[in-house]
Amino acid sequence: MSFKRIFDTYTWDEVKASIYGKTSADVERALQKTERNIEDFKALISPAAAPYLEQMARMSHELTLQRFGNTMQLYAPLYLSNECQNICTYCGFSLDNKIRRKTLNEVEINKEVQALKELGFQHVLLVTGEANQTVGVDYIEKALKQIRPHFANLSMEVQPLDQEDYERLIPQGLHSVLVYQETYHKEDYKKHHPKGKKSNFDYRLETPDRLGRAGIHKMGLGALIGLEDWRVDSFFVALHLDYLERMYWKTKYSISFPRLRPFSGGLEPKVEMVDRELVQLICAYRIFNQEIELSLSTRETNTFRNHAIKLGITTMSAGSKTNPGGYAVEPQSLEQFEISDDRSPQTIQNMLIQNGYEPVWKDWDLALETAHSML
Amino acid sequence: MQSFKIADREFKSRLFTGTGKFKNSQLMKEALEASESELVTVALKRVDAGDANDQILKHLNHQRIHLLPNTSGVRTAKEAVFAAQLAREALETNWIKLEIHPDPKYLMPDPIETLKATEELAKLGFIVLPYIHADPVLCKRLEDAGTSAVMPLGSPIGSNKGLKTIDFLEIIIDQANVPVIVDAGIGAPSDAAKAMEIGADACLVNTAIAVSDNPVQMAIAFKMAIEAGRMAYEAKLASPVNHALASSPLTAFLDEL
Repeated sequence: MSFKRIFDTYTWDEVKASIYGKTSADVERALQKTERNIEDFKALISPAAAPYLEQMARMSHELTLQRFGNTMQLYAPLYLSNECQNICTYCGFSLDNKIRRKTLNEVEINKEVQALKELGFQHVLLVTGEANQTVGVDYIEKALKQIRPHFANLSMEVQPLDQEDYERLIPQGLHSVLVYQETYHKEDYKKHHPKGKKSNFDYRLETPDRLGRAGIHKMGLGALIGLEDWRVDSFFVALHLDYLERMYWKTKYSISFPRLRPFSGGLEPKVEMVDRELVQLICAYRIFNQEIELSLSTRETNTFRNHAIKLGITTMSAGSKTNPGGYAVEPQSLEQFEISDDRSPQTIQNMLIQNGYEPVWKDWDLALETAHSML
Repeated sequence: MQSFKIADREFKSRLFTGTGKFKNSQLMKEALEASESELVTVALKRVDAGDANDQILKHLNHQRIHLLPNTSGVRTAKEAVFAAQLAREALETNWIKLEIHPDPKYLMPDPIETLKATEELAKLGFIVLPYIHADPVLCKRLEDAGTSAVMPLGSPIGSNKGLKTIDFLEIIIDQANVPVIVDAGIGAPSDAAKAMEIGADACLVNTAIAVSDNPVQMAIAFKMAIEAGRMAYEAKLASPVNHALASSPLTAFLDEL
């Protein structure tokens, strides 16, 4: 059993027609219920829900406050490598993009770790491109062992791996894995990923299943907004989430909303999502699922992020560098994408406090991982 | 109002509080002070026990406050025992709030792993306060395993839905040989008062205080509600009846014969 069996019973065009066919009555029904299903989610992301945005925002704020309180968890990405064997039409690390490639060695990793610690981070997301020869499982395992003692919590965003690879990495202190499907549009997925292991749509689609079976603590899902119709892609993210929560009930889930950002050699977004629509999507996820973590990166603008904290977001990155060595080793190297909010972690902390939120730097303990790995 | 004991420690206040979800540590401190709570739970995962300036621990350094570390985040009995041992070492207390919820969505406690961990921790000399579903049989099994109190939920954590499990709480209280602390789901002072009226020994409240617009005032409201509920319980509530009791009973004439 995997999500593919469920996914294959849907067609893109039918889902699209269903979302665009939702009426204000469907939206009102969804808002009045206490528990919402996937059909309600369709209504909440439909064009028919646009006039209900303020009501959705208030509801999302209240539900988030109740479940997460006045808190915002902070994390930072740590890019270990920009080497990549894939061609992705939207990514600065793409194989056909002629940039200088860099993979951090032990000494360089140490410098980056120290820089992040000085900034106050306890939750760190390790990121690489997909290059199995240089940044394969052996490299990742070694890096985890090296970095693990320095932080309370480690997440990872790298190429999809086999179940046994995850089973090997989790005891090394890997707490969560982020794996975005990019787009659930199977035919267009091929166009965006013409070369490399990433072109295998089904292998990527089944990655959360492999992670669930491996017993990961948390996994992050999402679609890259801008490749295809965001409403249809977001429906499939919600469908995927709904399935995973039932199958792997011990795993925690988070959702991200990466909007395509400019990068070196870049592709213009096929579909633009305006800020108002992103707010609608954030609120829709929260109203659909009150327990899910919703994460917002520095791709978004200062103004948007300042307000998003009250819309349902529970996790934010801050002061991010999206290039390997960006914090201390080689600050000027080429980044994966341009960030928009370049404020320092301290400034973000102050902004949160001014808005009545407690910045949470630590919400896990290395000891809990140690307990798990010793069993 | 009578004081009560858990293990060998006496408590005047029957309001226990938590440290999560506050806007900032200063507000947390002020709310906890206003609550007059003597037992405050803190998540091991949120604090840095090795840091003297930890924002949460620093504010809990108060003579009145007894620290109750919790094992939130663990998924099995073995993980819980390990976490409890670390908490004992780091925070210098053998009291532990046992939370084993492998389900991160609704945070429902795992009864099987909780029972296993309680047996093990009691043997290791811990004062164990397990967070559990409102399951009367499990409570008796936990007593046999050496628990020092039981902490059944009123409704799902953070839901503010009140005492959805009241029928089972009443059975638990009726049968208990250890203190019963209603934990989770208490959303309003009236819920806490109700829990005390049915005979619970204490209530643990976090979300309802922390996310209110005025946590200090809400902490006071809960303190008063718990005192009122307990006083009512001690004074013995009149039983509700479904029919009117005539002031001139129909059989009174029999006494005159």
